[in-house]
Amino acid sequence: MAAPATHTAHHAPDGFIRKYVFSLDHKVIGIQYYFLGLFSVFIGMALSLLMRFHMVNPEAKVAWFAKLWPSAAAGGMMTPELYLSLMTMHGTIMVFFVLTTVPQSGFGNYFLPIQIGAEDMAFPVLNMMSFWTTFLALVVMVSAFFVQGGAPLAGWTGYPPLSGLGRLTGPGEGLGQTLWIVSIAIFCGASLMGAINFIATTVDLRCRGMRLMRMPLTCWTWLVTAILALLGFAVLLAAGVLLILDRSAGTSFFIPGGLMVSDQIITNHKGGSPLLWQHLFWFFGHPEVYIAILPGMGVTSHLLATFSRKPVFGYKAMVYAVLSIGFLGFLVWGHHMFMSGMNPYSAMAFSVLTMCIGVPSAIKTFNWIGTLWGGKIHFDTAMMFSLGFVSLFVTGGISGIFLGQPALDLYFHDTYFVVGHFHMIMGVAAIFGMFAGTFYWFPKMFGRMMNETLGKIHFYATFIGVYCIFTPMHFVGLAGNPRRYSDFSNVEYLAGLMPVHKFMTQAAYFTAAAQILFLINLFWSLKKGPKAPMNPWHSTSLEWTIPSPPPFDNFAGVHPVVNHGPYEFSVPGAPNDFIMQTDPPTEQHHDA
Amino acid sequence: MSTHAAAATTSASHWDGGHSPYATNSKKFGMWLFIISDALTFSALLFAYTYSRVSNPDWPTPFHFNPSIIFSSVMTFALLTSSLTMVMAVHSMNQGNRKAAARWILATMLAGATFVGLHLTEWLNLINNEHVTPASNPWGVPLFGATFFGITGLHMTHVVIGIIYLGIICQAVMRGKFKAEDVEVAGLYWHFVDLVWMFVFPLVYLMSAKI
Repeated sequence: MAAPATHTAHHAPDGFIRKYVFSLDHKVIGIQYYFLGLFSVFIGMALSLLMRFHMVNPEAKVAWFAKLWPSAAAGGMMTPELYLSLMTMHGTIMVFFVLTTVPQSGFGNYFLPIQIGAEDMAFPVLNMMSFWTTFLALVVMVSAFFVQGGAPLAGWTGYPPLSGLGRLTGPGEGLGQTLWIVSIAIFCGASLMGAINFIATTVDLRCRGMRLMRMPLTCWTWLVTAILALLGFAVLLAAGVLLILDRSAGTSFFIPGGLMVSDQIITNHKGGSPLLWQHLFWFFGHPEVYIAILPGMGVTSHLLATFSRKPVFGYKAMVYAVLSIGFLGFLVWGHHMFMSGMNPYSAMAFSVLTMCIGVPSAIKTFNWIGTLWGGKIHFDTAMMFSLGFVSLFVTGGISGIFLGQPALDLYFHDTYFVVGHFHMIMGVAAIFGMFAGTFYWFPKMFGRMMNETLGKIHFYATFIGVYCIFTPMHFVGLAGNPRRYSDFSNVEYLAGLMPVHKFMTQAAYFTAAAQILFLINLFWSLKKGPKAPMNPWHSTSLEWTIPSPPPFDNFAGVHPVVNHGPYEFSVPGAPNDFIMQTDPPTEQHHDA
Repeated sequence: MSTHAAAATTSASHWDGGHSPYATNSKKFGMWLFIISDALTFSALLFAYTYSRVSNPDWPTPFHFNPSIIFSSVMTFALLTSSLTMVMAVHSMNQGNRKAAARWILATMLAGATFVGLHLTEWLNLINNEHVTPASNPWGVPLFGATFFGITGLHMTHVVIGIIYLGIICQAVMRGKFKAEDVEVAGLYWHFVDLVWMFVFPLVYLMSAKI
């Protein structure tokens, strides 16, 4: 195991490598994760633009396609296999290297120790190893583009038998798919290390007075997310090992007998079941959805209180809602498999449990609205993105209620309705959580303020843009447009939907272009932004009691003592409209 | 004033911050978390085994009492013994007797190595004489070999990692480094690997016995 937690002040290392590359400082590691995610999100976005382009121009011949993919886009025309590999890599990179990485490992690494008053994570060496293992996983994943046959095409869910039979099922199913599985297995290891670190840090390293019920809601969501990662990725690892055995040791865990693939009968495999993969995968896969969204919920709760100058409405209810979402998340994996062949009674049970998740989700939503109600709302960019998060969470969540019903899911499942649903809630809502976190914490992380005007233009462009991309998907889904097809221009009943697809593609171009504003804002502010004060948002949690950016050991050798809950805004009789968590105790004190 | 406040907060609950609620260092807690996670990995494999077995009604039960079950019982005995010696190692370390602790750790490694050696003998016998491979076997359902080698293989990997881990601990203990708690943490891992075998042995061996 890694070095034990130190409770004495340690000194900043000298030398570029120990300071910025193989750093043990949780703040540097958090920033490393953030930029790894930023790099990945632009790759993922580029892939989605290529897909959207191909959907509305299936016959187009593009010269540089042919240069990039000499065989998969011979003559410049994208093959369906190439389209599928773009889709697979888009999903995989976005889910694992953006949604899992930035909100938890990026912001969590940087701010969990500070918000609970610790000098560092419990296991700094493990933390560093976790980042570099994630980096290795990303390198292996991206290298799948460059091997013979190209990237895999089994989707981010890697369903066998497509993913289990090698080259026979498609050009990317050779080495590309193997690299995909290896990368996911490495990523499982990295997540395990991260999860152990997050849980041990939260449990063991809270400063004096930081009771569990005084932790900011961000810390609660990072803790629950870490528990989900600890349990979920362990099962994905087992599934990955079995899939590798199927591919390279000739076993048949996931491959049934008598299978006919590409006009060939598979004779060397029999007795397995593709459903087994789906059970194992979705036992991880559903908690994974919450791994992506929970930290965004934490950031949103935290910011809505700060920028409305009001305590979070129902702090304890919020904590219990997060815990119950985490718990229920492990009981609903079957709702991804209604279409896969399932006993109707099981489907019923999974459906009822799925509906149950609506209860804590609604508690959170109404508490967010309750927090805003009657507040003195400051419309800073960070707040706008939090409000956007609530909007997207509701929009994406409501379509989830439709999909959770087996009878409706049978119709919706393989259509764009599902694509619209999960992009709204798991993709864009989580991304909005990251934007909110970026605008809120940038001053603390880099010591400079971001540009508010540019930030607001970016917010409105992105907000309108994503609704224009993903709302129509629900309608084309209702009209029966199947997902994962590379070309439906020559299908009679779908031809009428092409104008909608054209609109979505243009909205995607527009939204992607708007992200350039974010990049400009980010890198310009890094160099030229006005210097940030210690507490620019008049917030209450511990990271705002230390300089921006914080010193190496966060609290400069001082052990903070916490006397207040995290959201004491506009307390009657108090001199300011906010009471820092470390302020001395007040006379008639009530915990938030 | 601050000491007074500290006394007030610490007396209220172990969870009020300022110290570990389990009054132990984070390493031990971290190992417990790893064990929880690893237990789920093994559970997933055993679930896959159960699932495959249920969906193949003609699952073979080829292991004769003599020699298969006897042989695997000896392996089980070796592993159980290693847990006992590990307990003695932790005990000696707690009493400050580093020399005895190092000897008990070596004994644990030896018992673990015996287990691996016997296991590999069994594997080679199955592969060379009985013609069982992960992909096929003479008794029918090919998944028999797949689950057998998959589950016992992952377990054996854990035992081998454990022997290396104990080796590192052992030489540190002999050189006067590491605390009693470090040995205890290694012990947690070792007992966990032993415990996993207590699920593997009945499920993979006894339930495959020819009756």
